[in-house]
Amino acid sequence: MHQWYVHGLEWTQKQGFVYPNEFITWSIQIVMYPFLTGLVAGAFVLSSLYHLFGVKELKDMAKFALVFSFALLLGAPIPLMLHLQQPLRGVEIYMTPHFTSAISAFGIVYLTYALIVCSEIWFLYRAFFVGRATELSKKEGLGSLALRNIYRVLTLGANDVSPKAIEADHKAIKFLAGIGVPAACFLHGYAGFIFGSVKANALWMTPLMPVIFIMSAIISGIALCMFTYTIVMEWKKHVTKKRLARHLRTGETLQELRGTELEMIRISAKYLMAFMIAAFSLELLDLIFRGYTAVKSWDILRSVIYQRDWVDIFIKQYLCGYVIPFVLLLWPGLTVRRAVLATVLVLFGVYMMRWNVVIGGQEFSLTFAGFMNYNIPIIPHNWQTYKEGVFGAITVGLLPFFFFYFINKLIPSFPPVHHEGKTK
Amino acid sequence: MSLERRQFLKIMGTTAAGAGMLGAFRFLEKGEATQILGSGNPNQKWVFLVNTYNCVGCGMCVRACKLENEIPYNAPVSRTWVERYVELNSGKVLADSPMAARDGFTADNPMGKTVNPADITKAFFVPKLCNQCEKPPCVQNCPVGATFSTKEGIVLVDRTWCIGCGYCIMSCPYGVRFFHPVYHVAEKCTWCYHRITKGLKPACVFACPFGARQIGNPQDLNDPVTKTIATQRVAVLKDEYGTKPQVFYLGLDRIVR
Repeated sequence: MHQWYVHGLEWTQKQGFVYPNEFITWSIQIVMYPFLTGLVAGAFVLSSLYHLFGVKELKDMAKFALVFSFALLLGAPIPLMLHLQQPLRGVEIYMTPHFTSAISAFGIVYLTYALIVCSEIWFLYRAFFVGRATELSKKEGLGSLALRNIYRVLTLGANDVSPKAIEADHKAIKFLAGIGVPAACFLHGYAGFIFGSVKANALWMTPLMPVIFIMSAIISGIALCMFTYTIVMEWKKHVTKKRLARHLRTGETLQELRGTELEMIRISAKYLMAFMIAAFSLELLDLIFRGYTAVKSWDILRSVIYQRDWVDIFIKQYLCGYVIPFVLLLWPGLTVRRAVLATVLVLFGVYMMRWNVVIGGQEFSLTFAGFMNYNIPIIPHNWQTYKEGVFGAITVGLLPFFFFYFINKLIPSFPPVHHEGKTK
Repeated sequence: MSLERRQFLKIMGTTAAGAGMLGAFRFLEKGEATQILGSGNPNQKWVFLVNTYNCVGCGMCVRACKLENEIPYNAPVSRTWVERYVELNSGKVLADSPMAARDGFTADNPMGKTVNPADITKAFFVPKLCNQCEKPPCVQNCPVGATFSTKEGIVLVDRTWCIGCGYCIMSCPYGVRFFHPVYHVAEKCTWCYHRITKGLKPACVFACPFGARQIGNPQDLNDPVTKTIATQRVAVLKDEYGTKPQVFYLGLDRIVR
């Protein structure tokens, strides 16, 4: 016989009566996928608060959140590809979608959303592209020639930067943000639908799943934007400090930077808390409803929720992910440091929510009389244990930041540290 | 806005080219893919009968299946399996299917425990296989149409098209599907489609020494299997999922999962 490999055998530990073919089929990458799309959707919603609803205080954050959303968007399909047993056939989802399947919508939903985000970024940065192309045309050298051409291509030939044209850009941005919010919710709600519609899985099957996913997506997206924003602002403060020490020119003063940062964090924290209340209520409603109706599957679900996953659900997801950060944010006199701690906790809590849904949903057998443990591979010894283990998850988690770094080189989402026109 | 003639023609040309490219894609009507693939005989239907009273848990069916369908013999996955149920006087139920019962149940060790025969209320075996559901969630949920129902109602997997996402595995309430250990695509029991379409019996039916597994044609009223299903009190597994299973059981018990 050929050399064989049973997918899931290495990390699934069975207890009690489990059907022979049952394993933890969807492992860490499927935890990463909704986590990443959630961040995409959340970051976009945060940017739309400014573009669509005119929350002026979020202006700086909005630009950054949009570009970051794009970087996350590039990262989102990677865990999906990695979990496929035949990754090279992944393109079939676009070529021969079978529309009765929730997964088949991925191609359409993802591409639509990607188009919206790309167009919005384009309208937002078009004047900048034109400016850069003109600026670079005065400079000599191969590097600036290449860069100039890149920017010229990015303008798509639309070089009109008259006030009228810029006004038209703004209108387009508003329109795109308008259709982008439902699209973002759809992208992520649909990820929830993939789980919620699996009738064979007692933990997953609930019509609330897409809504729960959207709410937790938004809080994770806002939290990540706040977190990354602070990191970048701290870096800027650090650079500014250094430049000031050497008596060099800086764009903004240290006080200005501090002020903007705190203002931005305080405003975003308000929106974060509002969505946290919604997400927490929905998750609690789901839990209470299951216990109250107590259908056939409740016995096994109860032992998963209240015994096996008790720490994961009540301590890590609810206490660390909701209660503690909520108190931290609500406590008067919010500081940047406290907000960062809260956002890290929120991100951890949302990650645990994904984990508890994806892995928790596979922890009990279809027999309702046995359990399965996911012993996540740490040190990989082959491709499977790498991609479906700790290091696979870390790789996928870091990629968006990597993308963001390079995207940011072309389309800077923060005002530059050393502004040419301003002296201090 | 005024358009020049040349510009107008250019736009029209691009639009036409775009439309032409879109025309290369089209939506298939329901069942059209199956029609094109030409799989199946519309005049033939299949139905499976498991008589649990006849099953002794020898595991011959599992061995035959593994060899016939090239599932690595030592891999702990199988297209079919046999479950052992032991209900004790205390009401506790012991159930297991070690190695899918490939080696048969030859020792008094349900779930690794030795049980005093006096403590047993009832004990029996239940063979399991794909239910070839009339409403198969696995077919509904396949994102690329790699799994489909043939005209006879048998659910098959196209090994050259499956992307290995595992959604069908998650969708099956019966735990029938798994990833093939060699081909790394979704794998399932096909009632030995390659045999039944040639007038042979499925390997498990052929191998069963006690007639616990039988296959029949529901359109033929004189078929003994069809007759049994029509006249006896038969049950199906997990009908609450609305999948309309096509494997009928004689002697199913409430403790069967």
